[in-house]
Amino acid sequence: MAADGKLPVALVTGFLGSGKTTLIASLLGHPAMGETAVIVNEIGEIGIDHHLLRRVDERTVLLKNGCLCCTLRGDLADELRDLLSRRERGEIPAFTRVVVESTGLADPAPVVYTLLSEPVVKHHYELESIITTVDAQHGLSREESLRQAAAADTLVVTKADLGSASSLGERLARLNPVARVLEASFGEVEPDVLFAPAEHPRKVASFDADTGHVHDDVRAVTIVIDGPLDWTAFGIWLTMLLQARGSEIFRVKGLLDAGSAGPLLLNGVQHVVHPPVHLDAWPDDDRRSRLVFIGLGLERDELERSLAAFNDAALRG
Amino acid sequence: MLLDQHWAEQDGGRRARVFRVKLANRVLDHFGLRLDDWGGRIYVLHDRKGRSAVVDNLGVLWVEAERLAGRALDPLDPGLVYALGS
Repeated sequence: MAADGKLPVALVTGFLGSGKTTLIASLLGHPAMGETAVIVNEIGEIGIDHHLLRRVDERTVLLKNGCLCCTLRGDLADELRDLLSRRERGEIPAFTRVVVESTGLADPAPVVYTLLSEPVVKHHYELESIITTVDAQHGLSREESLRQAAAADTLVVTKADLGSASSLGERLARLNPVARVLEASFGEVEPDVLFAPAEHPRKVASFDADTGHVHDDVRAVTIVIDGPLDWTAFGIWLTMLLQARGSEIFRVKGLLDAGSAGPLLLNGVQHVVHPPVHLDAWPDDDRRSRLVFIGLGLERDELERSLAAFNDAALRG
Repeated sequence: MLLDQHWAEQDGGRRARVFRVKLANRVLDHFGLRLDDWGGRIYVLHDRKGRSAVVDNLGVLWVEAERLAGRALDPLDPGLVYALGS
């Protein structure tokens, strides 16, 4: 359980046939998964009996002023609330983690939005990580799979026994330099490895380049701002950018110097941004603000110039 | 649905809110729009034709600004970037 008493939720996503169900079935057979509730779309495909396995029919609720990624997964919110109620009534065993499987075509952003915005859910649960499976044989062939890979904190290359896992691993590291990449043959990854704490600060700090095009016009770019970043200016800039270019920005992650001793950790999937977290210390000696964007047609210089202009306007008062 | 404070407005407080409106207006002015704080709880966005919209937070602000302006408001717009620097 997290330090704030919330139950961690891991979202497992991946394109159709990418080995997501095999990965979950393999996890369910592991003794360490006894206290994990698992919410899937189709129990039959899992083929394993597990006392905390639940099924939902994906149902999204488009909110007023909402775009496609800012939709509430009503089915998931209902199921997460029901798990809490049934646990409190003693109808199901206590659980310490929830794993949610998304459908192959699903965009991960609505699940993130649901966990961050539904009042009961966000009080009791927190998104621990997004785990995306990518098939070593077919790789990143569709925009949906690129979006899912960009959203990941952990990328699992599946069917590593069948395809060229190492070259795919290199492409994934260029597409999403802030995620770690694991390999799984026959869907097998140890839960301790899969659910290990994310390495957000170190990953963001270690990436400082424009990766070039990975697929069509999708790329990861890092922008760097020297000197303190005005938080008000940054908030105005990023909310405006995500509204104007949200469909082109798959992911944003950053370490920001907002004037405190440690940085602010920022993490967003499309329009959906986690509340920033204050870290006690920087991961290395470089104290400059760094933001990694993954998306379509992004130009580092253009982003950097724009943010600097907003920041300078704030510093002038 | 009740939503907590927007992620970009977590440095709450009156002074921060006043500064947020001032800075947002430097940007909005470029597009012919103006933002007012209303009682420290919500904002009201106006265009030059007398139309207005109530907005709860910065996230919704740009949705409504885009609607009133009739076009996307892009922070990467070179004209805006130049205007902010002058």
